[in-house]
Amino acid sequence: MASGRVCHFKLVLLGDTAVGKSCLVVRFVRDEFFEFQEPTIGAAFLTQSVNLENATVKFEIWDTAGQERYRSLAPMYYRGAAAAIVVYDITNKESFNGAKSWVKELQRRGDPNVIIALAGNKADLQNKRRVESEEAKQYSEENGILHMETSAKNATHVKDLFQEIARKLPKTPPQPERDAFPIIPPKHNENKVCC
Amino acid sequence: MAALEEEDKEPEAPTFSWMPADCVPMADGEYDAIVLHVDRNQYYGADSASLNLSNLFAKFNGGKQPEDRFFEILGQNRDYNIDLIPKCIMACGKLVKILLHTKVTRYLEFKSLDASYVYRSGKVYKVPATGGEALSSSLLGLFEKRRFRQFLVYLQGYDKDKPETHKGKDLTVMTMQQLYDYFSLEKLTQEFVGHAMALQTDDSYLSKPALPTVMAIHLYVYSLDRYGTSPYIYPMYGLGGLPEGFSRLCAIHGGTFMLNRSVDEVLFGADGKAWGIKGGNEVAKAPLILGDPSYFAKHGKCACTGKVARSICFLNHPIPNTNNAESLQIIIPAAQLKRKNDIYIVLVSNSHQVAAPGKYVAICSTTAETADPIKELQPALALLGPIMTKFDDCVELYEPTADGTADNCFISKSFDATSHFESSSADVLSLYKRITGADLDLNINADSTKGDY
Repeated sequence: MASGRVCHFKLVLLGDTAVGKSCLVVRFVRDEFFEFQEPTIGAAFLTQSVNLENATVKFEIWDTAGQERYRSLAPMYYRGAAAAIVVYDITNKESFNGAKSWVKELQRRGDPNVIIALAGNKADLQNKRRVESEEAKQYSEENGILHMETSAKNATHVKDLFQEIARKLPKTPPQPERDAFPIIPPKHNENKVCC
Repeated sequence: MAALEEEDKEPEAPTFSWMPADCVPMADGEYDAIVLHVDRNQYYGADSASLNLSNLFAKFNGGKQPEDRFFEILGQNRDYNIDLIPKCIMACGKLVKILLHTKVTRYLEFKSLDASYVYRSGKVYKVPATGGEALSSSLLGLFEKRRFRQFLVYLQGYDKDKPETHKGKDLTVMTMQQLYDYFSLEKLTQEFVGHAMALQTDDSYLSKPALPTVMAIHLYVYSLDRYGTSPYIYPMYGLGGLPEGFSRLCAIHGGTFMLNRSVDEVLFGADGKAWGIKGGNEVAKAPLILGDPSYFAKHGKCACTGKVARSICFLNHPIPNTNNAESLQIIIPAAQLKRKNDIYIVLVSNSHQVAAPGKYVAICSTTAETADPIKELQPALALLGPIMTKFDDCVELYEPTADGTADNCFISKSFDATSHFESSSADVLSLYKRITGADLDLNINADSTKGDY
């Protein structure tokens, strides 16, 4: 059961097109799976919490919205991300090479302390496997990142993956409170007098 | 350019660069279109991007990378988000309404600028905007303080829909000069009211009906009241967050984005209507095309309307005599320098996460009046104290010669010299109307989808 504090973290998804990034999120957040998931999930971001023994970790999950396709992700996407899941498709060797370059990109553009998890998705398609578990595991160990094989289709290791990330995240606020603010709609009468 | 394997899915609206037009109306779902966005740069936002040190240096040095010494002096690349065009956002202005309407607000955080200053006789003064500030400001003499206060009180009570607040004055007929004269305001007071509060760029407003200027002062005063110490807000990490936020909004609604792709030409049919764009050997078809003037210049669709001079200055100290403000705007009214156009300074720093700790970026700009526009900025540069290094820029401004309905080319205007987004926002809203035939209703939708935040 959740106890103690609630910590908020931004988590971004990276990886080549059609490896199942949105499917992983939809499985984790809504516990659903669609064979023909729309390439973008149509929301700014989704939220879902993971309960640990001493804290609740609330993820604000950003999907690429297709902007990874032509390598056109904006700096805003990486900014402030405490964690990233880099996804590849175990039946597609090219996507594993892609994942490695996404890890590099993340190390270059993201926060130096970002927690990275490598997810080999579509683990239900064992007979079409082109990326050996061992190879991905070794790569992950060398780079000090988490690794797990997942299946958004039959829900294998999806929750575990987020749980593992939640465990690794520091439970202190990632940065000191700033006096920055989001813009909020003014009250109605106020709105009227403004120009 | 459009991916050729997607022939069957013709994008309906290729857009180039930020503008900031493209995403605003297209992406928020009210205007149903498939958007393909192509940009020749490797970053979002074209002229409204915020660049890191390498990209900034490369832009001004023919693509060359800076030497290591450059970073040793200024700091790390990732500490910097330097705007090419300095603009602040009026807290109650049109851009804020557009951000709220499109909910791009959920991607951005803002902070007020610390202060708003005005130049007089070689010195800078904080702009007084309330009765209390007017009484304590050294900008005004003893008797003038009282007259200015009476003027403010009249303005604050004024509601154009309530004739009883007009006190017998018809501001749709009375000129601004007549209104100033009614309150016996001195020329120097008129100057800072017109330029530092109503943000007029020259003095032509004096002989026009007072109402628009009065509304502009209202905007200033309400904006000041909204968040804090100045009427301006500015996004954390620089203005580049705006085009990035709009691009994400558009992508979420199915838009396709391609950075770093050249657009060689816009393709026209025999009837003079644009039907696509071409880059390399790729072609994208679309029934309407939006872009900034640079993509249409060679097709004779734009006219030059003037030049803007800008100087991006790096400092290792705040601007002298500004109470160590970490961010501010200074307006130098044209008449102070016997010019026709005002000069603007916007200072931002580490407090908005756009510069390394201890470093400040001051951008000076004005509409050019001579053959040596950078020299015109000298009085602004002189206020900054020692400058570590600077990048000078002088660009021509363009605007479309037609509204786009005849040739399917919907073109934005270049970003002008004004230090705020009011004119650019009006341009975006005009583009929306030209494309859809209707005004964009900016009234905030109260039932915003929950969970989307």
